[in-house]
Amino acid sequence: MEQRWGLPLIAWPSRLRPNAWDLVALPLVLGLLALVAWGGWAMGARYHIGEVLPISLDPWRLPEYSLRTVLRMAAALVASLVFSLVYAALAAKSRQAEKILIPVLDVLQSVPILGFLSITVTGFIALFPGRLLGVECAAIFAIFTSQAWNMTFSLYQSLRTVPVELIEAARMYHLSAWGRFWRLEVPHAVPALVWNMMMSVSGGWFFVVASEAITVSGQSILLPGIGSYIATAIEQRDLGAIGYAVGVMLVVILLYDQLLFRPLLAWSRKFRGDPGPDEDSVRPWFLIVLQRARLFDLVQIGVLALNRATDRGIALLSRSWPEQDRARPLPPAFERLFDAALLVLAAAAVAWGIVFIRASVAPAEIGWVVLLGLITAIRVLILIALASLIWVPIGVWIGLRPRFADRAQPVVQFLAAFPANLFFPAAVVLILHFGLNPEIWLSPLMILGTQWYILFNVIGGTTALPAELKLAASNLGVRRWLWWRRLILPAIFPAYVTGAVTASGGSWNASIVSEVVQWGDTTLRATGIGAYIAQYTAEGDPARITLGIGVLCVYVLALNRLLWRRLYELAAERLRLD
Amino acid sequence: MSVVTELDRPTKIAAPLLWAIGVAKTYRTPDHIGRLVLEGVDFSLREGEIVAILGKSGSGKSTFLRILAGLIAPSQGRVEYRGGPVTGPVRGVAMVFQSFALFPWLTVLGNVELGLEAQGISAAERRRRAVDAIDLIGLDGFENAYPKELSGGMRQRVGFARALVVNPDILLLDEPFSALDVLTAETLRNDLLDLWSESRIPTKGILMVSHNIEEAVEMANRILIFGSDPGRINAEIPVSLPQPRDRDSAGFRQIVDQVYTLLTTVPGRDGRRGAKPEPIGLGHRLPDAAVQQLTGLIDSLTDPPFNGHADLPHLADEENLAVDELFPLIEALQLLGFAHVSGGDIDLTAAGRRYADADMLSRKQIFAEAVMKHVPLLAHIRRVLDERPGHRAPAARFLRELEDHLSEEEAERVLDTVINWGRHAEIFSYDSDDEVLSLENF
Repeated sequence: MEQRWGLPLIAWPSRLRPNAWDLVALPLVLGLLALVAWGGWAMGARYHIGEVLPISLDPWRLPEYSLRTVLRMAAALVASLVFSLVYAALAAKSRQAEKILIPVLDVLQSVPILGFLSITVTGFIALFPGRLLGVECAAIFAIFTSQAWNMTFSLYQSLRTVPVELIEAARMYHLSAWGRFWRLEVPHAVPALVWNMMMSVSGGWFFVVASEAITVSGQSILLPGIGSYIATAIEQRDLGAIGYAVGVMLVVILLYDQLLFRPLLAWSRKFRGDPGPDEDSVRPWFLIVLQRARLFDLVQIGVLALNRATDRGIALLSRSWPEQDRARPLPPAFERLFDAALLVLAAAAVAWGIVFIRASVAPAEIGWVVLLGLITAIRVLILIALASLIWVPIGVWIGLRPRFADRAQPVVQFLAAFPANLFFPAAVVLILHFGLNPEIWLSPLMILGTQWYILFNVIGGTTALPAELKLAASNLGVRRWLWWRRLILPAIFPAYVTGAVTASGGSWNASIVSEVVQWGDTTLRATGIGAYIAQYTAEGDPARITLGIGVLCVYVLALNRLLWRRLYELAAERLRLD
Repeated sequence: MSVVTELDRPTKIAAPLLWAIGVAKTYRTPDHIGRLVLEGVDFSLREGEIVAILGKSGSGKSTFLRILAGLIAPSQGRVEYRGGPVTGPVRGVAMVFQSFALFPWLTVLGNVELGLEAQGISAAERRRRAVDAIDLIGLDGFENAYPKELSGGMRQRVGFARALVVNPDILLLDEPFSALDVLTAETLRNDLLDLWSESRIPTKGILMVSHNIEEAVEMANRILIFGSDPGRINAEIPVSLPQPRDRDSAGFRQIVDQVYTLLTTVPGRDGRRGAKPEPIGLGHRLPDAAVQQLTGLIDSLTDPPFNGHADLPHLADEENLAVDELFPLIEALQLLGFAHVSGGDIDLTAAGRRYADADMLSRKQIFAEAVMKHVPLLAHIRRVLDERPGHRAPAARFLRELEDHLSEEEAERVLDTVINWGRHAEIFSYDSDDEVLSLENF
């Protein structure tokens, strides 16, 4: 790059000369770089365990706090992306790796996110002694765990479904394995990946708030950020401060949406083979700035050059390697040996887990925890049913009015992204004020943030309903309940199931923060496995945390297998509209 | 345009460009039973030749093309390109795909440049050659378009430009015109033939898989007829008509007839080509033919202009059926004893005429008798259902039996066909939700 672009300005090709758009783009970019640099510096600050980082409730500190939060979020997103690329590529390319990686991913997906935090934070702090970076890493890791798994799954699925003829074309025209990955497989995966990234970030906001207040060996550390600001406001019973935080969060999510995801989504359409239905929608303004400003041509050329250089380097390296497709099947005997080794390993892990838990937990308590899981499971299912009763009719109503639906989609997406835990204090105040039963009235908090997935998907499903079906139904005089039963409900079922699965998974995760809610020195508690895990996480009891998380995982997996997957299959087989 | 005969292109009897010696391919089924899809195929592509491969679906012709391309390794035998072994895709062999296989995120130019880029050719040189190829194939002005902005015909032009830009010795075409409409296909075919006969492309040999008989006769110097189960070369027809070929000329029609005859006759066990099909076994690859289509074809055969007798090319034309749509129907009619095929002609048998004359209910009866008599799989299913106490059996049970003989995909297809026939003939009923066959509702 140096020799090529180190020439005087005048010699640059005309497409690289600055234009008016650069006036907009340049300050934006420089500002962003400065902020990132400052944030990075602040993350590396000196810190010793036991030191209290003062969190001020002055609203003027909020921009700084939100910047720190946003940077954590971005770091986690980058980490998730890198992780997904490596993990999914491994799983898609090697049959042996696939056998371990995919089930592991399936389990990881069902581990409650805050569970990771309590388990890993000590390790991260030990990594960077005397620096805040360790704690920062733990928080980032927690956010990472809320994002990485579904991005990885999406990428893996895309990598496995590259059209055969495209692969053959790539081979016929001698693309190296590296070239194939970047020119064929990753581009093929981009649309699904971007969509999942958006979903992941929505989930991430919820946990960024929860993960900034970390408890290590009985001491709680508050990392500067919106989450800590809220935690402090709760402790001091300051509703005004919570109001400020909600306002700032709104702005931050709006900026993320406008500056990152709208442009990304529009850009990712390019990678779809066939023009989608929303092909002609308006291009986001920020993408226009990016594409018009010459500055970004320069950046793009730089990236391309870098890519080409790596390409060439890898090509040189790989010339000696024979081109390998998906690994050739090993002899059956070897494969059986490999399977057996995996089984033994898994059995050993389970046995170790049981021994570890049994050392300090009585069998009666294990039974109790299983019962707690059941209580939470019932709560989740009832809530999904209630939310469906409310949102399916509303979603259908919106979906049948296309102009309304267009405007509603981004609003619902936004609602899904908004961390619902910001509203928990308000709920506590209401419950206390009216003297309500926390066992019942804390439950809705679990689904506060995830119900939007149901609405979102129902709207989508209804909009996709072919006009002819609606016409045929009205032509036959199908109305009222019959209209719901024979037309709408079957038509939106596949979309609805997708939404309900997402909502259910999110609710399980949210149970840990929503079954125990604090307001100053008042603590409201509902009986359930979330409350159990939350309690022992605060107390720092590894055996009971492991037990709680293990049981929760089993419930989530069982529910997925027994209920959601069946509904999925039913939807895929019988109720598809193509 | 000057009339160019094939004599204008020197056909040297030199070492073949591409040479396949005793190529066989066995696919391993999940239970490790080998399934032979290609057996003992010897083939050579010489300089100046266009060779077309015709065959029914399941004859392994596509597999054979991919083996020649180095995309699939043969289980036995070997492939040589200019005397060297082919162990993977080789430089000098380019391929054009049925579905175009364009990268949707690359522009026309990007797609055409891709192969050059992979060869490490400099950006300027790449650009020059790609633009030349795009001009040659008649796409100028579309360099910066994305594939999704183009029509099917234009997309396949990109496919050809991408193949030609690497200056291949050999072009492998995998049904390149079959996804296009008739007129578009015709134009593209003629453009390719012009480029070829005027030597404006460096390509020295073309091998094309096709299911369109006219297309093959129009383009090829040599046509190979592939037989199925396992795939092998059944016959070879040289085509020495001068280019450009007139589809209505007597010579052309005669070769088309000859190809039809070869494609519809089953070689007898003693190597003699007998027209009479032998009784089939349980795992026979039943043709993909729905009852509605069979009935429609019998009706048209009965009516004028055919009156029970038809020339196959004429029938295909009249019914507006591509050969890969027509052949399964004809095979089914033969199998059920409703029609008799010989020498590229089809005649309704007595049973066929009886079916044609019957009313709807009696037709069901006749059809049921025919399938019970001629399709062992159906008789077998009925027997199993009769014997079972509940008269029910999961479809998977029969699928597993079929998978001993056929690939997973083929087994499913055959079972679908047999379920379609059996339901229509009211030999059993089928619940698609539970995937269970039963004798309920009788």
